[in-house]
Amino acid sequence: MGRIGEKFRQLREKGEKALVAYIVAGDPSLEITREIILGFKDAGVDIIELGVPFSDPTADGPVIQVASGRALEQGTDLISILDMVESVNKSADIPIVLFGYYNPIFAYGNKRFAQRARVAGVDGILVVDLPPEESRELRKYTDQAGIDFISLLAPTTSSERIRKISEEATGFLYYVSVTGVTGTKKPRVSDIRDEMKRVRSITGMPVVVGFGISTPGQAGEIAPYADGIVVGSAFVHMIEEHAGDSNMVNIVSDYAKEIKTAIEAPRNKLWGISDC
Amino acid sequence: MKTQLPDREGHFGVFGGRYAAETLMPAIIELEEADKEIKKDKTFAKEYASYLRDYSGRETPLYFAERLTEKLGGAKIYLKREDLNHTGSHKINNTLGQALLARRMGKRKIIAETGAGQHGVATATVAALFGMECKIFMGREDIERQSPNVFRMKILGAEVVPVISGTDTLKDAMNEAMRYWVSHVKDTYYVIGTTAGPHPYPVMVRNFQSVIGREVKRQILKKEGRLPDVLIACIGGGSNAMGLFYPFRNDVDVVMTGVEAGGKGITTGMHAASIAEGKVGVLHGNKTYLLQDERGQVRDTCSIAAGLDYPGVGPEHSYLHSTGRAGYVTVDDREATDAFLFLSECEGIIPAMESAHAVAYAMKLAPTMSREKVIVINLSGRGDKDAGIIAEKLEVR
Ligand SMILES: Cc1ncc(COP(=O)(O)O)c(C=O)c1O
Repeated sequence: MGRIGEKFRQLREKGEKALVAYIVAGDPSLEITREIILGFKDAGVDIIELGVPFSDPTADGPVIQVASGRALEQGTDLISILDMVESVNKSADIPIVLFGYYNPIFAYGNKRFAQRARVAGVDGILVVDLPPEESRELRKYTDQAGIDFISLLAPTTSSERIRKISEEATGFLYYVSVTGVTGTKKPRVSDIRDEMKRVRSITGMPVVVGFGISTPGQAGEIAPYADGIVVGSAFVHMIEEHAGDSNMVNIVSDYAKEIKTAIEAPRNKLWGISDC
Repeated sequence: MKTQLPDREGHFGVFGGRYAAETLMPAIIELEEADKEIKKDKTFAKEYASYLRDYSGRETPLYFAERLTEKLGGAKIYLKREDLNHTGSHKINNTLGQALLARRMGKRKIIAETGAGQHGVATATVAALFGMECKIFMGREDIERQSPNVFRMKILGAEVVPVISGTDTLKDAMNEAMRYWVSHVKDTYYVIGTTAGPHPYPVMVRNFQSVIGREVKRQILKKEGRLPDVLIACIGGGSNAMGLFYPFRNDVDVVMTGVEAGGKGITTGMHAASIAEGKVGVLHGNKTYLLQDERGQVRDTCSIAAGLDYPGVGPEHSYLHSTGRAGYVTVDDREATDAFLFLSECEGIIPAMESAHAVAYAMKLAPTMSREKVIVINLSGRGDKDAGIIAEKLEVR
């Protein structure tokens, strides 16, 4: 089992939920991205989702679009991101998922990417525009390299399709909580509750919920129904807002801590089923 | 060789496919099912044909351009007059088909991207015709350079949404249309305007546009008693070209040539010639030749013709290029502008800047061919929308 599987095993054992934090690699610089990751780790973030910037992020809202633009202007590319991941792995133990679009990987070369990502210590990848219908060409290499292939589920995904996707998925499933792009609509808790029931009846894989979760309050409400929650645009927005502050990393980590606390709290009331 | 392409997953060889986010996959699969249904349904074909005839004015003429032929002194040149369609371009062949399909699927809201505004106008038109709500996404730069079409869309009752991101052109309009579609996928139908996007769009649009080539085949047999030697069409995403080429794909003696936008010149890097200069990549749901840097970031494009100003190309063209069945060349802004004026003055036909690229290549090719040879140019649209750009250029000259 990789670090991701191990992480969810531990969390489930403790009856805890995962906080998955998304940031755009290279915004405002890869050096600072590295510091943020280390800060997140100390704040109790469980999994890092590292956005690989792309010129045409069709699944992203304005916040991540402009952050990707800034990262590209810094010259951020897959090569430098993988170098950074490798360096993080030397000083901290936290699962890292690369999150992005297919073309930068395809341009780098699927086989070469898988080999390099394994050496760098990438735990999983989530490629937004690579549905199961097209994923074989990349998974051929990444599966072999032991890199988890995280799949998306959406409110529009039929139960039959959820079954098919979850049979092939590794690591965890990412339930997209709104029909929309990142960071725009807010999910409705009652919808999530019903949808998670549906997903859970089909698969036992860990499921995290993301898209549109930005506050500790929301995170606390949604967490009981999932194995974890993803916060992205809210962090990216904070990074933008405090880009010039010397204590930006602390501000962002403190917010992560608040969210982590919020998703821990309801456990006792609603979940309370630790095995011992 | 008669292979059935695309395969069931929408692949033309290694090209095409469905590289789309999960939220859209069910809608794409639903569309594919609906598209299969109408192929079996005779009443759909009838209805579609009657709109093409009575509403758009098909069939469009295949016109022998005698003065053009004489001036160039070589092969006989015929113009397929898609500019004479209602709304002024071939785009309506596709929008009528897709709007009828959307209506069958029970969708009352349609959206589209547009570059030159021709597809936007053609979509706004069918929305009015069928009483649908319509939003058109258009890059800010294109809104400025193709303003007559913006007014037309608004008059037709469509909302024109300016897109301010990336290069403010067609690619960005398509990004924004896809984002909107993801957010409203339950009740909204996305009318893609060219042979691009995820499967089934490339094959569906090609099928709707194939009426062009089928007519040409009939018409040229009647006029010349034989098939043409060369077909020429401009390539944005490639829909007018696929529409012309497809019915001739098995007539191996017919040379098929697509003309890409050379912009300020291929050597300047400022162009939109995806096949000539691109590498295989993935954008907007399909794998195809794509203008990109070595890191896989999509490159900025440049063309005087807004409708050709796109970094990708329909996957079937990439396939035809890879097999050699079709050839692809480039024509730059200057050559296209010269052809625009030349055709206007010698035939009294003002072509769209896009179509002028096809004319420009024919002007180079025809003099090298003997007088018995026959060229058919797809005159995909009329040039009223470009009068402003040309007037500006002329003053500079
Ligand atoms: C008149 C005309 N011709 C050609 C094109 C290019 O599109 P396609 O390559 O899909 O035919 C456009 C696009 O806007 C157009 O308006």
